[in-house]
Amino acid sequence: MTEELGFGLLALILVGVPALRVVTSGNLVRAILWLAATLLGTAVLYALLHAAFLAGVQVLTYVGGVVTLMVFGVMVTRKHEGTTFTIDGTGRLRGALAALGFFAVVAAAIVRTDLSALSVVEPPSTQDLAFSLLDRYLLAFEVASVLLLAAIVSAVVLARRRDPAPDPATPRDAAALREGSTP
Amino acid sequence: MTLRALLLVATALFSIGIYGLLTRRQAVALLLSIEVMANAANLVFVAFARYGGAPGHPLVLFALAITVAEVAVGLALVMLLYRRHGDTLLDLASEAKG
Repeated sequence: MTEELGFGLLALILVGVPALRVVTSGNLVRAILWLAATLLGTAVLYALLHAAFLAGVQVLTYVGGVVTLMVFGVMVTRKHEGTTFTIDGTGRLRGALAALGFFAVVAAAIVRTDLSALSVVEPPSTQDLAFSLLDRYLLAFEVASVLLLAAIVSAVVLARRRDPAPDPATPRDAAALREGSTP
Repeated sequence: MTLRALLLVATALFSIGIYGLLTRRQAVALLLSIEVMANAANLVFVAFARYGGAPGHPLVLFALAITVAEVAVGLALVMLLYRRHGDTLLDLASEAKG
């Protein structure tokens, strides 16, 4: 019981607090950095669950790739320093109610479920994981690579497309900003 | 057993993501919330692979690939939105509304 409590507290501090800052931080860049902290905390939890390879992949792709991509996205599309959000009060209350309701329902289900039939199992080693990816999950592996290719091509097409008819409401200086921001 | 604690933490993460999704109006912030939710799902996969021996590790790898693809396309859409309107508030993307 004390082990469960300690583990839960550790996980909350490692993951829960940064995640809360991700959704409440008013500064977009700070929110992204808190997301990096959340993902690193999750990687620590993976390592504690004997999933060392997944922890490494998490750090490499998420913290190294996704967070960098997002910071670039914010830097390129930011109009002024310290972008803040406009969140009205009722929306915040409704969001908190929906999130708390979801948590209450699922947490009640988790607490009531009898998990004692499950026993601790040593997860597959990295070698087993590689073999299963190229044997049992080969089709899914190939489909995932096709999906990644399609995503990269579509991202390039979307980001490179020149607007044929700019929005008439857009001020002229937006175009000047665009010309200035592209090398 | 720590499985229950892990499941509760993952549920809390998912709820935090829901809150962010419902309250944020900036497109990139919505992507961040979705990341938090996907992370919660991955945590459950890894937890059940440790307790109970479910084949969760390959699934987590596939989920990672899908998330990266989603972020790439999402950020491209954000760039497009910025180019059209000069801002990335999602309220601006209402042209497809019927």
